[in-house]
Amino acid sequence: MGKLDTRPRLTDPDALLAALLAAHAGLDEAESRRLDARLVLILANHIGDAAVLQAAIALARGTGLPDR
Amino acid sequence: MNGLLDPRQAAPSRAGQEQVAILGAGLAGLTLALDLARRGMASAVLDEGDGVSRHSHAVCFTRQSLEIFCRLGVGDRMLAKGITWHKGRVFFRDRELFRHDLPPESGHECPTFLALRQDHVAAWLVEACKATGRVALRWKHRVTAVAPGPGGATLTIAAPGGGHVLEAGWLLACDGAHSRVQAALALPFAGCAFRDRILTADVALPADFPTERWFWFDPPFSPGRAALLRRQSEDLWQFEVRLGWDVDPAAEQAPDRVTARLRNLLGPALPFRLERVGVREIRCRRLARFVHGRILFLGDSAHQLGGGNGAVQDADSLGWKLAAVLRGEAGETLIASHDAERVPVAEEAMLAASRSADFIVPETLAARAYRDAVLELAERFAFARTLVDTGRLPRPAVLEGSPLNTPDGLDHGARPGTPAPDAPVEQEGEPGWLLRHLDGAGFRLLVFGPPRPLDLPAGVAPLFVTAVPMRGALFDHSGLAAARFGAAVVLLRPDRHVAARFADIDAAAIAAAHARALGARALGARALGG
Repeated sequence: MGKLDTRPRLTDPDALLAALLAAHAGLDEAESRRLDARLVLILANHIGDAAVLQAAIALARGTGLPDR
Repeated sequence: MNGLLDPRQAAPSRAGQEQVAILGAGLAGLTLALDLARRGMASAVLDEGDGVSRHSHAVCFTRQSLEIFCRLGVGDRMLAKGITWHKGRVFFRDRELFRHDLPPESGHECPTFLALRQDHVAAWLVEACKATGRVALRWKHRVTAVAPGPGGATLTIAAPGGGHVLEAGWLLACDGAHSRVQAALALPFAGCAFRDRILTADVALPADFPTERWFWFDPPFSPGRAALLRRQSEDLWQFEVRLGWDVDPAAEQAPDRVTARLRNLLGPALPFRLERVGVREIRCRRLARFVHGRILFLGDSAHQLGGGNGAVQDADSLGWKLAAVLRGEAGETLIASHDAERVPVAEEAMLAASRSADFIVPETLAARAYRDAVLELAERFAFARTLVDTGRLPRPAVLEGSPLNTPDGLDHGARPGTPAPDAPVEQEGEPGWLLRHLDGAGFRLLVFGPPRPLDLPAGVAPLFVTAVPMRGALFDHSGLAAARFGAAVVLLRPDRHVAARFADIDAAAIAAAHARALGARALGARALGG
């Protein structure tokens, strides 16, 4: 069982965000939501490790800020 | 009693007494009555109906339930009559996403599941109950009042022959989701918010229509809902649509409306005939506890969404305990273990049902997005198909934290609380099945080794299983029995659940585990409060 790695690992962070936004271009809210869900499922399957995934889900849930 | 001198003569006149009164002649009640009768215990079964079950829809009985029916002597008819399959198709809107084919694990007499009409099963159970001569079946008996007491319960009954009072030493409330006992005792149901109405139609299809399970997410004729088509008998298929709660059940049952839905789904060419249509409710809720003194709840009156399997397994689990208490072999603490064993099983069934519902009829935006995302990926990717939940078949219920279990440190095979797994065996050269040699009459000690005299507690009979043919033993020719149990010596309860496992014969340890399985250890902690 692995450990969730939260150190900076992206070689080109700007390109990642740009690619994500480009993927969402032209989609309505529901379509965008499904795209994100597909992406999560594809990455989750790639990672495979249940402990890492649980830690990632908990981290994501715990780091949100309330809406203004 | 002389009626003229009876001060209560204006009240119901005839008084009766029963050691065991079972309310409701459904799957739970009839299975329990049959199990008790086979253990030599008489019971009276009271039911409001006239003896003919109204539930013609098919139940998918799991292997565990089928094995219980085999133990009770009614399994052969079911195995001969039931329908099973291992192929299916999954549709999303107007597309077929994928087909699946899961051949069953071999080395079991009973299939993974079997679809059987509930009214057929009920009729066979009634027949078997009558054949024992120990079950008094009383139809058209309606309970109008229930008063619990230390010695059991007092029932006021309305029946064709007149009202009367029945003193029951034990009252087994098997009277379904609208239990009169639950209402009389004002016991609240608690559970998840999920509830649904399901349209069920029996449909005759051409004989060559494939025996497959077809499941539709978001079908064109019912956007946002789901539908299922599966075979239920030799000539009938069962078509189900999850309607949602806010529909008008009467309008949905109109034959024209159902026919239009089926036509839309099966295409214009396939001939079919609509035989029967009904709407049933499903809910996800249970009582906090099933044991209330000498009043016990089984099946739908205790928990909804366990379905027929939950009812059969509740009865299987309680029968031997009640018989042991009635015979004075165990104290009433043994009955208290019913809560510790069955409440977690009901809880797990509710959790599984609620997870399936989140996938089949998602109610939040997030649930909907993930469900649709899974289906969008499932057409091309096997990993996404593993996430598709069209309603999972219940796994064998393991009584994980039961106080009757003696924990062992072993990490493989049938751990304590597991229903005994089947395996092919030979006896004197005759092929057969291990579970057929475990009739459930009492405790059994499975010994993987040559037959020899053993010093065992009263009420524990040995059964020897060997890896080579040997007189007086069952020959485990495939090695599956030894592998599936995972220990050299296994103590089985009368309901054939593993109570304890040992590395070798240790008379003192076996006696202690036997006493513990009969409730000798204090059963202080309840599974759940309230």
